[in-house]
Amino acid sequence: MSAVKLVRMANQIAIFFRTQPDEAGATAVADHIKSFWNPVMRREIYAHLRAGGEGLEPLARAGLEALMARDPVAHESVTK
Amino acid sequence: MSLSREKDFGTPLRTGSTMVTLSIDGVQTRVPAGTSVMAAAAKMGTQIPKLCATDTLEAFGSCRLCLVEIEGRRGTPASCTTPVEDGMVVRTQTKRVADLRRGVMELYISDHPLDCLTCSANGDCELQDMAGVVGLRDVRYGQDGEQHRTIAADDSNPYFTFDSSKCIVCSRCVRACEDVQGTFALTIDGRGLGSLVATGGPDFLGSECVSCGACVQACPTATLNEKSIIEMGAPTRSIDTTCAYCGVGCGFRAEMQGDKVVRMVPSKAGKANEGHSCVKGRFAWGYATHKDRITKPMVRAKITDPWREVTWDEAFAHAASEFRRIQGAYGVDSIGAITSSRCTNEETFLVQKLVRAGFGNNNVDTCARVCHSPTGYGLKTTFGTSAGTQDFKSVALSDVILVIGANPTDAHPVFASRMKKRLRKSAKLIVIDPRRIDLFRTAHIEADHHLALKPGTNVAIINALAHVIITEGLVNEAFVRERCDLGDFESWARFIARDENAPEAVEKVSGVATSEIRAAARLFATGGNGAIYYGLGVTEHSQGSTMVMGMANLAMATGNLGRAGVGVNPLRGQNNVQGACDMGSFPHEFSGYRHVSDDATRDMFEGLWGVSLSPEPGLRIPNMLDEAVEGRFKGLYIQGEDIAQSDPDTQHVTRGLRNMECVIVQDLFLNETAKYAHVFFPGSSFLEKDGTFTNAERRISRVRKAMAPQAGLADWETTLGFAKALGCVFSYAHPSQIMDEIAALTPTFAGVSYAKLDELGSIQWPCNDSAPQGTPIMHVERFVRGKGKFMITDFVPTDERTTQRFPLILTTGRILSQYNVGVQTQRTANTIWHDEDVLEIHAFDAENRGIRDGDLVAIQSRSGEVALHARISERMQPGVVYTTFHHAKSGANVITTDYSDWATNCPEYKVTAVQVQRTNRWSDWQEEDRASGDLLRIIERKADAAE
Ligand code: SF4
Ligand code: SF4
Ligand code: SF4
Ligand code: FES
Repeated sequence: MSAVKLVRMANQIAIFFRTQPDEAGATAVADHIKSFWNPVMRREIYAHLRAGGEGLEPLARAGLEALMARDPVAHESVTK
Repeated sequence: MSLSREKDFGTPLRTGSTMVTLSIDGVQTRVPAGTSVMAAAAKMGTQIPKLCATDTLEAFGSCRLCLVEIEGRRGTPASCTTPVEDGMVVRTQTKRVADLRRGVMELYISDHPLDCLTCSANGDCELQDMAGVVGLRDVRYGQDGEQHRTIAADDSNPYFTFDSSKCIVCSRCVRACEDVQGTFALTIDGRGLGSLVATGGPDFLGSECVSCGACVQACPTATLNEKSIIEMGAPTRSIDTTCAYCGVGCGFRAEMQGDKVVRMVPSKAGKANEGHSCVKGRFAWGYATHKDRITKPMVRAKITDPWREVTWDEAFAHAASEFRRIQGAYGVDSIGAITSSRCTNEETFLVQKLVRAGFGNNNVDTCARVCHSPTGYGLKTTFGTSAGTQDFKSVALSDVILVIGANPTDAHPVFASRMKKRLRKSAKLIVIDPRRIDLFRTAHIEADHHLALKPGTNVAIINALAHVIITEGLVNEAFVRERCDLGDFESWARFIARDENAPEAVEKVSGVATSEIRAAARLFATGGNGAIYYGLGVTEHSQGSTMVMGMANLAMATGNLGRAGVGVNPLRGQNNVQGACDMGSFPHEFSGYRHVSDDATRDMFEGLWGVSLSPEPGLRIPNMLDEAVEGRFKGLYIQGEDIAQSDPDTQHVTRGLRNMECVIVQDLFLNETAKYAHVFFPGSSFLEKDGTFTNAERRISRVRKAMAPQAGLADWETTLGFAKALGCVFSYAHPSQIMDEIAALTPTFAGVSYAKLDELGSIQWPCNDSAPQGTPIMHVERFVRGKGKFMITDFVPTDERTTQRFPLILTTGRILSQYNVGVQTQRTANTIWHDEDVLEIHAFDAENRGIRDGDLVAIQSRSGEVALHARISERMQPGVVYTTFHHAKSGANVITTDYSDWATNCPEYKVTAVQVQRTNRWSDWQEEDRASGDLLRIIERKADAAE
């Protein structure tokens, strides 16, 4: 899937959770992406993140970094 | 199964708790106060003769056939208009009333053509029955009455005729059109013997009539009669089933001759419709036997090859070997499936089981992705369950009805009739919609407020309504304190009170006047029971899920939840879209909305199914297509969906489909998606199988087989055959066994079984030990999630903006006579009302572009271009254009974009920036589609052995 599309989706999610009071925003973004995104999509966005993460909003980036650290698929290759 | 008819009690039954005791023909009986003498007698089995009364209508008292004697009363009162009283002594059969009734009948018959033997209603005519019941033997006045014979029958409506020579002017039709349907198309013109039913137009077709059939249903004679009855004669057997069109889920009796449907009659026992229907369910069933039905399985190696008819076994073996080959070459995750919201719960459950247990991944999704997935997310987050809160009946107790982004008179007509009935009585109406929907101003109804917002500003408006409620102290504090999470409420209240949410600020983005917003908010908060009904105009936005939460916030803040008359209610599109979601069609959820990563749930499924299941969410439809374009997703099994027409950005969809190596389409017809398919499994219509549908009020109703499947297999059997070829051991002899498995695995369905459905008629889930009869209204004492959760709903404008190049906003919708992508309704006479999709445009925008009504116009977006004929419409606001998406050839989704809801990827159908200009040709896409369409649909027929 194109990185541009994934970045837009991640940013949309971050924009929603940015204003929520209860959870730490980054955790909420991470949980949402873990719940709804297939590993294929997650692997691709991690690859994009590792390559600098161009276009990601700060909260989207923070959420993805938090998720990548705990996601078992983070170390699998993109084309798997 | 023999022909059954529902009993007619003559007047509506009452349900109150105050009981009245009376004696009828010497027998004591007890009925609720308000019951008529006629209905009380009918309840004990005594049918008092009647003509102008029927229990779907309030009594009118015009025919004078139902006269009775009541002790202590002078004369002979009409039993239909006389309510029971304590101690009343009624005689229904005395010489005096018998003579009077015979006299009345004589008058009727003297004015009626006596061609009973050749009349289409022979055997099903109340006039004929009553003549027999009252013992009419001769007619003293001769038979030279007016008979209105000089007037030719009106057969302009495609489905029924009006032959006024047979009319007894009982006005049942007029009252049905008013009270039941709420259209007011009919009147009685003239007086006495000269009076006649009139349509207020040149004929039925040219009138306000919406062809719901209520008048035909109510007519006691052959005056209003189905054309199918006239052509085929009377039915000989009937079977109870459920309409397969929209999410209202009306109960019907399929009346049959052998294996042919003669007519579909709405059933009074159907709790969703209580005897009413719309043109689709009542009349537009002819597609089921249309000549375009594909009845043989087919395969082809390439989509440019002609289709080759094969046996079911060959088709299964081919499809299975292709899917396994693809998985061998590209990995386990390279295939997936789409379940159908038109198929039964059992069929949907099987497809998702096949994916999870057979394909070994969670790549299953459903068309709800493109319609109500935000409803699921939003209501689950705030209330704890992914469904509407009320039963349909609840609207009868609403005082303020808020309709947002929905067009109920067209998309959910039978529910709309209930709503209109309540609005005509006294309820107030607030409409939030960019377009002036029909409900806004219709017979005896006028909306109190129309918030005609700019498309894409829903969230701003809902926040502004809440702002008024918070800042003017209109919150229902007792409800919030008792039922909701207070911490969340306080954060939300602080957020909503901010200036950016004030009506004055929101007016600037939404275009809705501050005073309108304030007045609507005050009305909703203080007007009594407030109920929210919404449709795709809420969900199909980049903030669809946020808006659902915004409505939930509003309902909680005003205490409008947990009882009759209130609630947050999605009007769901397709017949079983609720069911498809309930059954685990989403890639991240098992049936009952439990996440695939939940170990306990997965253990339960693994235990019963005997396989290990993936804990990772699968791909959603747009993700599958993206992956296909990238070349990694190669096989898709599509049960009863037409994504090439219904999903956004058609060219992206077809690019994905073309990239796949095996697309299996299971459908009634060679739809648009089938052009890109390699295997075709012929589907079965709802008349050809057993199962259940779940409607928008969570009501599970039986679908019953009325005829054998045309292709030999019902859809569930097809999935079983495919599963077997893939090496899966699924063994079910009947859909009831699939339901038993659903019940065993899904807590909200634990108490559901076919036996219980037969006993209760229908059941609203949750149905389990704590609610053995089901749950009409949810969240009564507490929310499913415990405390109601207020969510912060910051308004974020969509990225889809108008520009100089694309200065108009296109929004989409649907109309009454057509159903979704139209493959069914376009194969019926419903095309008479809608033979093409048109572009509605405001006069101002049209004039600026030199566009006249009827001109062909090109509509361009950044995704593509199509041409449609323009219709200048006052319903639109300047800057906004509108079209429907019922016809494949118009390709409305060629122009919609791939933007989507942030939480669920539900596409943003309702907002596309476009330019419109006059043109003299169809678009390139349309031309190519037409050319390739025929090519990709060629079937290589085997020479018939008999020839
Ligand atoms: S058309 Fe039928 S229902 Fe209407 S007034 Fe005539 S007989 Fe009665
Ligand atoms: S079909 Fe329905 S809308 Fe038309 S006249 Fe009869 S009751 Fe009225
Ligand atoms: S309202 Fe819906 S369910 Fe009822 S008859 Fe019409 S299409 Fe069928
Ligand atoms: S049935 Fe009572 S007056 Fe006609």
